[in-house]
Amino acid sequence: ARALTPQTAETDAIRFLVGTQSLRYDNQIHIIDFDDENNIINKNVLLHQVGEIWHISTSPADKGVLATCYNKTSDTKVMTCAAVWRMPKELESGSHESPDDSSSNTQTLELLCHLDNTAHGNMACVMWEPMGDGKKIISLADNNILMWDLQESSAKAVLSSSTALEGKGQLKFTSGRWSPHHNCTQIATANDTTVRGWDTRSMRQIYCIENAHGQLVRDLDFNPNKQYYLASCGDDCKVKFWDTRNVTEPVKTLEEHSHWVWNVRYNHSHDQLILTGSSDSRVILSNMVSISSEPFGHMVDDDELSDQEDQHQEEKIKEPLQDSVIATYEEHEDSVYAVEWSSADPWLFASLSYDGRLVINRVPRALKYHILL
Amino acid sequence: MAAVTAGSGAGSGAAGSPEATGGSTGGGGWRRPHGPLQRYYGPSTAEAAEAAPDPTDINGPHFDPEVFMTKVRSECPLGQLLAREAALGREIRALDSDMQTLLYENYNKFISATDTIRKMKVDFRHMEAEMDDLAANMAAISASSARVSAALQDRHRRGAQLAGVQALLRKLQALVEVPGRLRRWAGTEPARALRCHARARAVLRHYRHLPSFRAIEDESHAIMAELAQRLRARLRCETLDPKELTECVEMLLQLEEPAEELSEEFLSQAGTRLEAELAALEAELPAADPSGTATTPPPPASDILDFVDRGSSAFVGTLCQLAGSYRALFGEDAGRLEPFAAALAARYFALLERRLALERGLGDTSLLVRALDRFHRRLRALLELLPAGADAAAELVARAARERVDRYLRALQTFFLGCLGDVRQALAAPRPPGKEGPGLPDLLATLAASVLGQLKAVLAYVQLFTARDVAFASLPYFKGEFCVTAVREGLVVAFVRWLCRTARGFADGPAERGAPAAPPALLLLLARLCLDYENSTISYILTLTDEQFPPQDSGPAVTPGPALCAEARAAAQRLLDHYVQVQGAAVAQMLRKSVETRDWLGTVEPRNVRAVMKRVVEDITAIDVQVGQLFEEGVRRAQSSDSSRRAFSVYSSSRAPGRYAPSYTPSAPMDTHLLSNIQKLFSERIDIFSPVEFNKVSVLTGIIKISLKTLLECVRLRTLGRFGLQQVQVDGHYLQLYLWRFASDERVVQGLLDEVAASAAHRCLDPVPMEHSVVELICERG
Repeated sequence: ARALTPQTAETDAIRFLVGTQSLRYDNQIHIIDFDDENNIINKNVLLHQVGEIWHISTSPADKGVLATCYNKTSDTKVMTCAAVWRMPKELESGSHESPDDSSSNTQTLELLCHLDNTAHGNMACVMWEPMGDGKKIISLADNNILMWDLQESSAKAVLSSSTALEGKGQLKFTSGRWSPHHNCTQIATANDTTVRGWDTRSMRQIYCIENAHGQLVRDLDFNPNKQYYLASCGDDCKVKFWDTRNVTEPVKTLEEHSHWVWNVRYNHSHDQLILTGSSDSRVILSNMVSISSEPFGHMVDDDELSDQEDQHQEEKIKEPLQDSVIATYEEHEDSVYAVEWSSADPWLFASLSYDGRLVINRVPRALKYHILL
Repeated sequence: MAAVTAGSGAGSGAAGSPEATGGSTGGGGWRRPHGPLQRYYGPSTAEAAEAAPDPTDINGPHFDPEVFMTKVRSECPLGQLLAREAALGREIRALDSDMQTLLYENYNKFISATDTIRKMKVDFRHMEAEMDDLAANMAAISASSARVSAALQDRHRRGAQLAGVQALLRKLQALVEVPGRLRRWAGTEPARALRCHARARAVLRHYRHLPSFRAIEDESHAIMAELAQRLRARLRCETLDPKELTECVEMLLQLEEPAEELSEEFLSQAGTRLEAELAALEAELPAADPSGTATTPPPPASDILDFVDRGSSAFVGTLCQLAGSYRALFGEDAGRLEPFAAALAARYFALLERRLALERGLGDTSLLVRALDRFHRRLRALLELLPAGADAAAELVARAARERVDRYLRALQTFFLGCLGDVRQALAAPRPPGKEGPGLPDLLATLAASVLGQLKAVLAYVQLFTARDVAFASLPYFKGEFCVTAVREGLVVAFVRWLCRTARGFADGPAERGAPAAPPALLLLLARLCLDYENSTISYILTLTDEQFPPQDSGPAVTPGPALCAEARAAAQRLLDHYVQVQGAAVAQMLRKSVETRDWLGTVEPRNVRAVMKRVVEDITAIDVQVGQLFEEGVRRAQSSDSSRRAFSVYSSSRAPGRYAPSYTPSAPMDTHLLSNIQKLFSERIDIFSPVEFNKVSVLTGIIKISLKTLLECVRLRTLGRFGLQQVQVDGHYLQLYLWRFASDERVVQGLLDEVAASAAHRCLDPVPMEHSVVELICERG
């Protein structure tokens, strides 16, 4: 299994969606609920019969809406398609009442619309507009960036604009992220060793980090608090942090993994916490204080911050932490292909490995209090 | 009668003498010393015998004829007695006749002497009368002489008086002439004028109450004043050499000019002169360029030794001379001299420093050392006058030495980079087919040897600074700090550090971001070089350095060898890791491209091993050869006996169904791979990009691990058809067949290939594995 996402629109319950990959059986989407107080995991299964799931993402506005990229396999051809789905109503907010018989009553996803990619090639991923109302999505198909408008309560997807990356050779996007900054007008994509930034209004390239990694770039993430900061990871085992205003040199480089890094994620509220997953079967949680927004907390308007954060920033100045690896999680036995922070609890994260094992971990308590107090 | 006894005594003495020596047996012990004594006095005894005959015989004063006779009689046989008697008789007769002759002659002489005495008595009476005459005459002569002298006395006194007057007059004349002379000499020979004036001055001062003398004095004063004026003018405007200057001031001092003022004048004059010399020196230097960015200045006209020579002989010499004369003229109080000399010396140092700064190139160190040595020696004289300058001078020399050492360091670095460039070229040079280029070991040996040689040469050069015949080598700085701080730390340690850093730079550097990446072979070469340094070269160099520049016990702390070794080792490790990564990445890239670009669904039944796999094996074999040239074999883990059989267990029917699939239940996907997970729990976790050890096997294991893991991940991203799976199977078997021998632990290769096969099966739509025998057949054919 490779596809993992938090339920973005859910802010109360800790819930992750996992898509399975199987060529010979019906694929499923598992809705994993984690009860933090009782330490109980609930699971609901939705059937996803069209094919194995390579990528999954949820709408930031509607808890019940999600998008998947899946492989449609015929005898001689494999095609990756994308579609927007709605899950049954009763599952939207979890199903605490029936943990036992979850395996018996499997339900089916309701297809909202299909993102037509016949002309564009294989879908690599689908991104929702981060702060939007769930009407805009962008998908990456081979060398095309496609922007869709969802209309009629997501029942219809209209291609609003698109652009293609031209160049010699067979260019293929591997992944992309939509920046939450700049009024959601920027996305970043990765193809081969290059990271590119795009403006969604003009669909033009705005920056390009050539040779960002020695080998293939696997994933990207935007710093949620610092608008120009971007993290990338790739096959050279490195995680690099970039300032998109100066793309010649990375701001910082981490070399902790011993194989390809597949995933990098900023914590949504404490951007010094960086989560990375790698095919060396490890998940590493790093504390990158030096390039986070925290040391410069006083430059942010105090009004925008909660009391809690305000307090914590003052503490921060008193005792700065060093950049360091906080913890290495070695529960997985196979390559970890996805890591995600929970959208509800900033101290919780899940990781998913090839063999289908999902591990939910917490940020160490000591560090949590250190950051908070 | 008396004469007869004396004659017989003498005769018996002559005969008894041998007797005495011969009869030592008969005589007592006391006679033995008596014999020589007797002989010694013999002549005088003989003379005495003439005047007063001695009755004793030769055998001693206590000669007893009775005893003698008894002895002779008892001892000698009759014949001998008779012979002796005859001999004695003969002797006595001869002596008697001699006696008579002598007596007769003496008697004649006595008579003639009596006659002579009688004649003398008559003559003496005549002589007495003549003596009386003579006495009377002498008295008359003395009386008349007294008369004459009394008459002459008066005239003599007058004569003496006249002579005195004349001397006085001459002196007066000289005094009168003083002004004239002064005037005459003042122009040409002021020194003579001064002497003249000094002589006349006392007299003139004494008689100044006399108008005429006063006039003379005034006049001479005026002249001297004028002379002083002239001298001062000369002092002010003319350029005098130090000797003239000293003379001039000396004269002025004699003229009782104020010393303060003079010393000032003296110093200013000396200053001008020294300034001129400094300016001459400065003129040799190219104009200072404030911007500092101009083109390199033309090489100085003369070498540094020449410059220092001239500087010391001209400037330092003059300064010493002037300082000496100042002391002589104005006493020991050097209150004014010191700051003056210090300022000038400082300027001189500054000039010299600028000149030293011009010695950019490496030039000839011995020349520099000699120049500095000369400078230091020459300065020593000056430093006695100017103790404060000693530090500055020592500092200057030390700075120059440090500068030179720094430059050597830079030269070494350049040299090393040059060597690296050569090596790169040698590596990159196209080789004619069939002909092997220089092997890596050769290149490594050349590189190491040339760098070491250069380092040794530099050390030898630097050692000139501490050579015994160089004066400044005995300074405490050169004994202690220079050896430790400058040479050991600043040169040797810094070079080794730099070397490690440079080597690391190839690994850490921006190789992946555009800059031309170092060829892998170079990485390997440098790794080996660093390792060699760690193993032996560093300790060798440090020992060499410590020998040539013995460190002081109390000197500053030195970087210990092990720290350097650790650095070198870290660099070597980094390089080797990087080498593994680069080579691994190259192979991995090949594999990735081959997997990604192939249509795995629509592929046909495999007939061959794919070409790319052959290529991978070829490449890895080539790497094996390359690494083998520089690194040892390393340890292999014990091989299991059934190594070749184990490879195919994955495909054996007993395990495959259990691992893939039928037990798969939609509700429990996490259990799917329980079996494989359990298996993994017990196997070691494999770190793909992990540090490697310094041996061939470890390096190759690293590369193989990277390659196979890539294959695994790539396969997982694809969807395979039945023949796709079979192709992977064939490829995997082929790799297994050829790669296990390179890895330290074949289980690693085995495990990874197992996983590849498992993943491929999982990603396959129709997982029907190929018959194992067919796989083997294809691989053997390929």
